[in-house]
Amino acid sequence: MSRLLQRLFGRLPIGWLQLTHKRGRFAAALAGVAFANVLVFVQLGIMNAMATATLKPYSFFTADIMISAGNANALSEGGNVARQWMLQALADPAVAAGMGLFVGNVPWDRTDGDITFTTFGIDPGRPDFVAAGLTDGFASLQVQGTAIIDRLARGLPRDEAAAIRPQSPLSFEAQDRTLTALTTFAGGGGFGGDGFMLVSDQTFLSLFPARGSAAPDHILLRLHPGADVPAAITRLRSLISDDSLRIRSYGDAAQEDLRYQQTQRPTGVIFGFGVLIGVLVGLVIVYQVLSADVADHLREYATFKAMGYGPRFFLGIVLEEALVLGLLGFLPGLVFGTAILTLMGAVTTLPLAMTPAMAATVFAGTVVFSVISGVIATRRLAAADPADLF
Amino acid sequence: MEVGPGHDPIVEIHGLNHWFGTGEARKQALFDIDMTLPRGSLTVLMGPSGSGKTTVLTLAGCLRGVQDGSVRLMGHELHGAGAAQLTDLRRHLGFIFQAHNLHESLTALQNVIMGVQVRPGVPDALAQQAAARALGLVGLSDRMGYLPANLSGGQKQRVAVARAIVGNPALVLADEPTAALDKDSAGEVIDLLKRMGTARGTTTLLVTHDNRILDRADRILMLEDGRLVSP
Repeated sequence: MSRLLQRLFGRLPIGWLQLTHKRGRFAAALAGVAFANVLVFVQLGIMNAMATATLKPYSFFTADIMISAGNANALSEGGNVARQWMLQALADPAVAAGMGLFVGNVPWDRTDGDITFTTFGIDPGRPDFVAAGLTDGFASLQVQGTAIIDRLARGLPRDEAAAIRPQSPLSFEAQDRTLTALTTFAGGGGFGGDGFMLVSDQTFLSLFPARGSAAPDHILLRLHPGADVPAAITRLRSLISDDSLRIRSYGDAAQEDLRYQQTQRPTGVIFGFGVLIGVLVGLVIVYQVLSADVADHLREYATFKAMGYGPRFFLGIVLEEALVLGLLGFLPGLVFGTAILTLMGAVTTLPLAMTPAMAATVFAGTVVFSVISGVIATRRLAAADPADLF
Repeated sequence: MEVGPGHDPIVEIHGLNHWFGTGEARKQALFDIDMTLPRGSLTVLMGPSGSGKTTVLTLAGCLRGVQDGSVRLMGHELHGAGAAQLTDLRRHLGFIFQAHNLHESLTALQNVIMGVQVRPGVPDALAQQAAARALGLVGLSDRMGYLPANLSGGQKQRVAVARAIVGNPALVLADEPTAALDKDSAGEVIDLLKRMGTARGTTTLLVTHDNRILDRADRILMLEDGRLVSP
């Protein structure tokens, strides 16, 4: 390693030699950086999981435009939209089809604990509005009381979910109704529910008697192939007289939901702060290590100054140390971070996992905060006055 | 910057005054010093503590700015010189400190290599060879891979001497270089500096209280209360 760094820097790798000279302190410093990395990984993992869980239900449907109530910041929040606006929208020549989407949480009381399904009520006659993975058994929704349930739902035993087939359906009680699941799909637990469930709009209304068929939560629109979505949205805004409604492209609606979850919901803000705190902890740890190291070697640095070494040389040493700490601390951080996320994912069924993008982001962040710490620590070098050596 | 051991004299000091502190606490440390160090000479600077020996050493070694008077080093006027110019000039000097100041994480060889690497463009292999040769000159060929913690006080000081001379400096500035050495080792170090003066023209300015080495000096200068006096 020493020779490799010597070739790389074209000089003795003094930073590396200094760090490895006191191995106990070096190990403690690496553990500190790794700890900061784990903190960031866990917080980022949770934020990623929130993003995945937020966007997941949008992937169940295929639409070009979504009309929602003005206060509907998320798929499962906000007021209703009058169905009449869907009929109005259908008058636009670019709009090919429309469907009302009902959303509500349905708890399934089980002896081994409740499972809350985020439930979507849809028109069973419009399979063209659901994604390819959900069309299996879709026709069965036409039968009142039929459901397609999430086989990855938190709390649902995997063998029990795997046994659900049209030949061996699963019936269960929810909201004082009997529901029968003939098929399943792969969803996964989220922050708002343990899993997802698809039912027909009529079945949904039987589960939520207070809701009316004329007021779904959202209206999904599909345009004719090749139609201009922004132009259609502009026309719809003038066509629909209720200015309080949010008429957005389906993709924009998903991204706005995500932004809302990340920046306005307490959980998103807390996880965001968690990432920031992890970065600050890393910054402080690396700064402390480098600062103490500079203080320990002030006399040697003053000697080098006397010999004619300039500021760039000292900055090089401290940055070399910072990069060694950042790089070598990142590796155990990555290993432990991956292990912790995997464990948390298994326990919570949240989509918690290490992703290459996350690893790359944290790696880049680690290098950056190490370099920043190094640059700050070099300020202590000013105290090394070679004239004091005599 | 063109520097090298070719200038003679290496150091010319005229009318040098120096003060420490400011306001009412301002105290004059040097008074109208005139001094010339011919190329290849070994000059011993003696005097009681606080007489200004170290101040002269630091001014001639470009470690402090010249406040009043003239100090010419290898033909370059130090009065008014900028920090970058002083740093450049220091690359052509050798320093030997009383406390050796070796880097604890570097081996003896690596410490000496630092004395070569300060000049940009020296290939690694050449730096290694020069450092090994310098350690050989101070009798430490068998200790090249040792860390300072595993060397005796005398061995550490000899490594510091090797580090000071490895770059073939024009001027060596030494502060009590023999204080930690026995009589024979002290004599060897001074003889080595003398040989370098003869063979390479290296000039040495040495501050010491060590009477054992005075007979080897070309000149002895005495400072008292910041003034040069006859020895």
